[in-house]
Amino acid sequence: MTYIGQSVKRVEDKRFTTGKGKYTDDIKLVGMTHAHIVRSPYAHAKILSIDIDTALAHPGVVAIFTGKDIAAAGINGVPAGWQVNFKDGTTMKEPPHPLLVADRVKHVGDGIAVVIAEDDATARDAADLIEIEYEVLPAVTNPAEAIKPGAPQVHDSAPNNMCFDWELGNPKAEVDAAIAASHHVTRLDFINQRMAPNAIEPRSAIGHYDDSKDKYTLYTTSQNPHLTRLLMCAFVLGIPEHKVQVVAPDVGGGFGSKIFHYIEEALVIWASKQIGRPIKWTSDRSEAFLTDAHGRDHVTTAEMGFDKDGKITALRVNTVANLGAYISTFAPAVPTYLHGTLLQGLYTTPKIHVDVIAAFTHTNAVDAYRGAGRPEATYLLERLVDTAALEMGMDPAELRFKNFIPAFDGVTQPGYQTQVALQYDSGNYEPVLERGLEMVGYEQFRKDQAEARKNGKLLGIGFSTYIEACGIAPSAVVGALGARAGLYESAQVRVQPTGKVSVFTGSHSHGQGHETTFAQVVADRLGIAMEDIDIVHGDSDSVAFGMGTYGSRSLAVGGSAIVKSIDKVLEKGAKIAAHKLEAAEEDLEYAGGKWTVKGTDKSIGFGDIALTAYVPHDYPAGLEPGLDFSSFYDPTNFTYPFGCHIAIVEVDQDTGKVTLKRFIAVDDVGNVINPMIVDGQIHGGLAQGIGQALLEGVIYDENGQLVNGSYMDYAMPRADDLPSFEIDRKVTPCPHNPLGVKGAGEAGCIGSTPAVVNAVMDALAPFGVIKNLEMPLTPQRVWRAMHQ
Amino acid sequence: MSVKISVTINGKKYTSQVEPRQLLVYYLREALSLTGAHVGCDTSSCGACTVLIDGNAVKSCTTLAVQVDGTQVTTVEGLAKNGTLHPIQEGFRQEHGLQCGFCTPGMIMSAADLLQNNPNPSETEIRHALEGNFCRCTGYHNIVRSIQWAAKKLQETNAAVL
Repeated sequence: MTYIGQSVKRVEDKRFTTGKGKYTDDIKLVGMTHAHIVRSPYAHAKILSIDIDTALAHPGVVAIFTGKDIAAAGINGVPAGWQVNFKDGTTMKEPPHPLLVADRVKHVGDGIAVVIAEDDATARDAADLIEIEYEVLPAVTNPAEAIKPGAPQVHDSAPNNMCFDWELGNPKAEVDAAIAASHHVTRLDFINQRMAPNAIEPRSAIGHYDDSKDKYTLYTTSQNPHLTRLLMCAFVLGIPEHKVQVVAPDVGGGFGSKIFHYIEEALVIWASKQIGRPIKWTSDRSEAFLTDAHGRDHVTTAEMGFDKDGKITALRVNTVANLGAYISTFAPAVPTYLHGTLLQGLYTTPKIHVDVIAAFTHTNAVDAYRGAGRPEATYLLERLVDTAALEMGMDPAELRFKNFIPAFDGVTQPGYQTQVALQYDSGNYEPVLERGLEMVGYEQFRKDQAEARKNGKLLGIGFSTYIEACGIAPSAVVGALGARAGLYESAQVRVQPTGKVSVFTGSHSHGQGHETTFAQVVADRLGIAMEDIDIVHGDSDSVAFGMGTYGSRSLAVGGSAIVKSIDKVLEKGAKIAAHKLEAAEEDLEYAGGKWTVKGTDKSIGFGDIALTAYVPHDYPAGLEPGLDFSSFYDPTNFTYPFGCHIAIVEVDQDTGKVTLKRFIAVDDVGNVINPMIVDGQIHGGLAQGIGQALLEGVIYDENGQLVNGSYMDYAMPRADDLPSFEIDRKVTPCPHNPLGVKGAGEAGCIGSTPAVVNAVMDALAPFGVIKNLEMPLTPQRVWRAMHQ
Repeated sequence: MSVKISVTINGKKYTSQVEPRQLLVYYLREALSLTGAHVGCDTSSCGACTVLIDGNAVKSCTTLAVQVDGTQVTTVEGLAKNGTLHPIQEGFRQEHGLQCGFCTPGMIMSAADLLQNNPNPSETEIRHALEGNFCRCTGYHNIVRSIQWAAKKLQETNAAVL
């Protein structure tokens, strides 16, 4: 049986549908205590005094630690995992992010003290008894304001709130000249608003120090347990890595927010040793809004030049990116190498320049959120193209066809070298737009739209043809770009004596279905049943090493590492088979789970070879027993999925309410292992991207208060906000990994946002070209735009 | 101070001493180790904690444990019988109505409530019925298909939801 390409039902689903999933907060350890963190209610304030005496005397309280205790213990802050330097070559400003703050809090939610008690309710009761005196200081929340002279300063060590400035592309003077010489220039000033990732499972961490073994165990809601262990051990606590086990069990969604190493993880581990008991901390939703790293938050000016035929001549982008108060793990990479490098889009734009300033503000940290930088790049490009089409009176689809990079397969034709550092692996862009137009019934829609307008109904269509860089890896490349870690992946394929197979992967599944898709790959490669394969992930004691799951990298990088180990298994298996069959290795072929001597019926099965490897009585001389291989896979390039998203909306002229009538997505994510799971990934991404366009956005007021920090106040898409999606696929295989896969996790979230906004602008075209309408497109904003 | 309650959960009778302020979801999770009901928010908005009380879907994060004294509570752990998934659970598996699985127990319990009252709901009715449940993974597309699958299965087999 062939598994690859089949919509195999998920292995994971039995435990999740029956309530038997094991999430971090479901875990109870003997003697476990509960932690509650006292957080700053102010965005910027000096701590004048902290009185914990009453709280400490509260029945059931075990211990209370404050920033002074952390400082006295010599604990470092959590580090940045990526370094971007200033244009002049100086190192980015990297102020410390302490586990608990002793002197000056820098955002609402900054941790000040941790109360540890016999149960969670008691910890919360006692937290209310801690008295803290503050001197409230002025705050700044908007990054463009933060870099102006006289703005309140977040860190003394970062003058003008600048973390770094950065540029990429062709020389600025060349781009300026090309823009100046253009027949038409479209300019947009906009805010790509701050988003809350909002995995439905709140973050949670359990720290357990066992003094009998001098061993630490951390259970945590993490997308990459090994990286968390490395950062926590080597940079924060200075504890020995080999004495620390980090387990990320079932994790209830991540979307980027659970990539990063958070202060609470180190805090429960350190404090557990102090009190000699396990400690559980589980975030509530309000804390999640205040402390889970947010996404986006760019203030951008973008200009695109065109010649008289509609060919793009140049692109110039200026962005101020909000980092928040502290540098989260991957934060510096997001507005730079995951954003600036994608500004070629699908177009042949000959001159591109991007300037980025990363600014500190008195807000929660901003880091990777589904798509991370690529949605911001796609949003500005696709908004520019549709706006230009409206301004120039051209058809937005036609304008795209005119500017697409011609097809290249990356095998017989070279990859496409962009103006912004990356080389695309393979691409064929026209077919996704052609298919999208066919699915939407474009000509008919334009007729319907004209008819509707006559009747006072506002229908609109919006396009987005996007590209992204996924399979975040080549270590040498990301190292040159500032990553402080390699971005390969590891995998161990352990064939058991009975021929059953355990696979240990450094990728981590928190909804992506690795236990199913990875098993499909292994089953096909080995010619055995999926039931005979177990995929193990998320435990640093079982899995040798891992870089985790983000950037749509699991299958392209983690899957390829598995394939590498399988190749080694089969190579050794062939030696054993040749011995048993008394044949030369080169005369054997492997298919259907057995080695056969070519042209004969002599064969031996995978299970027999496995047993022989572990019971090596009759065995090739000099060959080691066992059938167990590990590999590290470090790709040669990123992968570049692309696609076409089309939205159709109706705008209610009386209320400004936008209704999403249809959403069409044609994505090319390379080869597909499990179509059902890929479709599911696209659906989920679309919902998040549409959410950004129409509903979502974190709002800080001028004092730095997060004013919509609950599910009652922050509008996330619900079932009746969305239509069923119409999706299809094209397949352009990745030329440089063994599976030909490109990654599907973020595509939906990258392409959909501008498609929806463009559709609303198209619907509003009778009111002229509207440029100052910001996401989310709430009824109030849309109504105002119609009446300005 | 604690209060004595007697409640039948998934067909089994429990008598417990609970704190008056204890929420049902924590009673289930902490006292009984029934961790299928999850806590995803503080505002009764996400629905991950949904259970059935006397057959009606209720958010166990906004119900006090003392309020279920004398009632029949069904949690997601009580749906599968003899190792066979309930048709709603099977529908979620067949139609890929879940990814991370965190919202899934609540979704399934809300679906159970819906299908008891409306055995053959339209897509619009399903989407409306799920208004109290957030899912961040699936975009709801396949959750709708899952509930349709379950509705069809229950009708074909002429089976009651509970």
